[in-house]
Amino acid sequence: MAQDIGRVHVIRHLIEKSRDRKIKKMIEKMMPILLVLAASVCIATTFGILFTLVFETFEFFQRVSIIEYFFGTEWYPFSSGNPSFGVLPLIMGTLKVTIIAMIVAVPFGLAVAIYLSEYASGRTRKFIKPVLEILAGVPTIVYGFFALTFVTPILQIFIPSLKLFNAISPGIVVGMMILPSIISLSEDAMNAVPNAIREGALALGATKLEVALKVVLPAAFSGIIASIVLAISRAIGETMIVTLAGGAMPSFDFSVTGSIQTMTAYIVQVSSGDAGYGTVIYYSMYAVGFTLFIFTLLMNFIAHKISKRFREEY
Amino acid sequence: MKYMDETAVLKQIKSRIRKNNIWKSVFFIATILALLALAMLIGRIISQGASFIDWDFFTNFSSRFPEKAGIKAALVGSIYLMLVVAPTSVILGVATAVYLEEYAKKNRFNDFIRANISNLAGVPSVVFGLLGLTIFVRMLGLGKSILAAGLTMSLLILPVIIVAAQEAIRTVPKEQREASYAMGATKWQTVFCVVLPAALPGILTGSILALSRAIGETAPLAVMGIPVIIHFLPDGLLSEFTALPMQIYDWAKRPQEAFQSVAAAGIIVLMIILVLMNSVAVMIRNKFQKRY
Repeated sequence: MAQDIGRVHVIRHLIEKSRDRKIKKMIEKMMPILLVLAASVCIATTFGILFTLVFETFEFFQRVSIIEYFFGTEWYPFSSGNPSFGVLPLIMGTLKVTIIAMIVAVPFGLAVAIYLSEYASGRTRKFIKPVLEILAGVPTIVYGFFALTFVTPILQIFIPSLKLFNAISPGIVVGMMILPSIISLSEDAMNAVPNAIREGALALGATKLEVALKVVLPAAFSGIIASIVLAISRAIGETMIVTLAGGAMPSFDFSVTGSIQTMTAYIVQVSSGDAGYGTVIYYSMYAVGFTLFIFTLLMNFIAHKISKRFREEY
Repeated sequence: MKYMDETAVLKQIKSRIRKNNIWKSVFFIATILALLALAMLIGRIISQGASFIDWDFFTNFSSRFPEKAGIKAALVGSIYLMLVVAPTSVILGVATAVYLEEYAKKNRFNDFIRANISNLAGVPSVVFGLLGLTIFVRMLGLGKSILAAGLTMSLLILPVIIVAAQEAIRTVPKEQREASYAMGATKWQTVFCVVLPAALPGILTGSILALSRAIGETAPLAVMGIPVIIHFLPDGLLSEFTALPMQIYDWAKRPQEAFQSVAAAGIIVLMIILVLMNSVAVMIRNKFQKRY
């Protein structure tokens, strides 16, 4: 009798154990599938973006000719009588801001990167790097506010003809915004240059400046270029600074003191106004978005190619 | 007979050294200017907005009158937004990272996922706004709700979290996994009970930094048409809402001078939240990160 009870107990234990094992096996089989599903979200996002942009842009080109869009120099979508959709003024606005931003950010960024990687002591670096991290973490809306309420009024003292909305102020502030990323990526590239090369040059009697400019800079060149291209891509895609401080009057000229509009700012303008679903203006937002997407994709692709080459060097 | 002209050589060396010193100070000044720019930014905003921050600023809704405007709706909205973004993006991000680091074999599909992630990281946030507007707001009919905005923001910061989690997982040494296998643990047990706990500090730090980006991001919200004049608190995930950066954006573009101070006050609140999140992230990094 007692033996039977014992046997039942053992059998029950075995059944439970095998059930546990079954569950474990199931988990073991299920988890990779769930993980793949999670990883597929990224693919779905890319396809979602492409689908959205292509589909709605197609709708746009049903209503506006491709030739007018790409070669037209007038962008008056809100004109009730005779709206025109030439994207060049918007691209011009984006280019103005991007170029000004680069004029500010590239020399400054490289100077700071050279200082940090070649001259600064360990303690100075320890102080400056976190500060740059803070600068990188400031939301763009804050930069936009800064451009509109601080940089523009100050610039107006020096350039009396400067309008409230212009290309210079957002350009400078976009430069400020991308500065940390140029610095940290360029510095990484310079740090990747082996110390032995530096020491070789120093032993030949070169000064630190000569080492920095003639040895380190050429060796880190592709990394630095990649950081700049990446920064250009960010400047092109930057939205809130140009929306707040750039204005909403795109024009196809080279003036930087008057109001401009970038591709990104136009998208925000349309979506925050009440352009009804299905109107030409509504679809134009996607066409502009698609153009912007192509621009940044191209820049990222170039940066990726350059940095890949750079990685092979060492 | 002299082989070299000593004075000429000395002169040349001196001029080279002088040049070095001049450029060193140029580089130094550039660095100081960069720091100064940050100081100016912060100083300007504090001097403009600090006097506006009082208890009423936190308990009032936005208003047509600057002295009555407050951030109650925006602050609560941003918190709700984070309640959607944090779990969605962290779970998806960590799962993707675990898949790529622990499970993925080297094949076309997985290379495609990797290429996708680095591509998505470079897509401007406005474009994510267009995605959110089309898919979440219109197609899925979520409207301008917390859920729609939260899902869009999650997708936006997903690449950042994936990369951070991948790096954290990579720092866990192989020996730990092998020890776990040697004790009879299965693959998933090893991942869940050994790798993830060891990588947790790195994952947390990266996630908090990514979330702090999401809390300050304006462009996607603006494109999705998230309203700014909201006089009620959200009562669920499908409720309309407004968020801190949107509220600041609205105030900043109003023509009245007084609203700029209100905007500055809003920015101070936003920046304090960001600093708090960042310090938590740095604290976790410094305190819990093990070095193998």
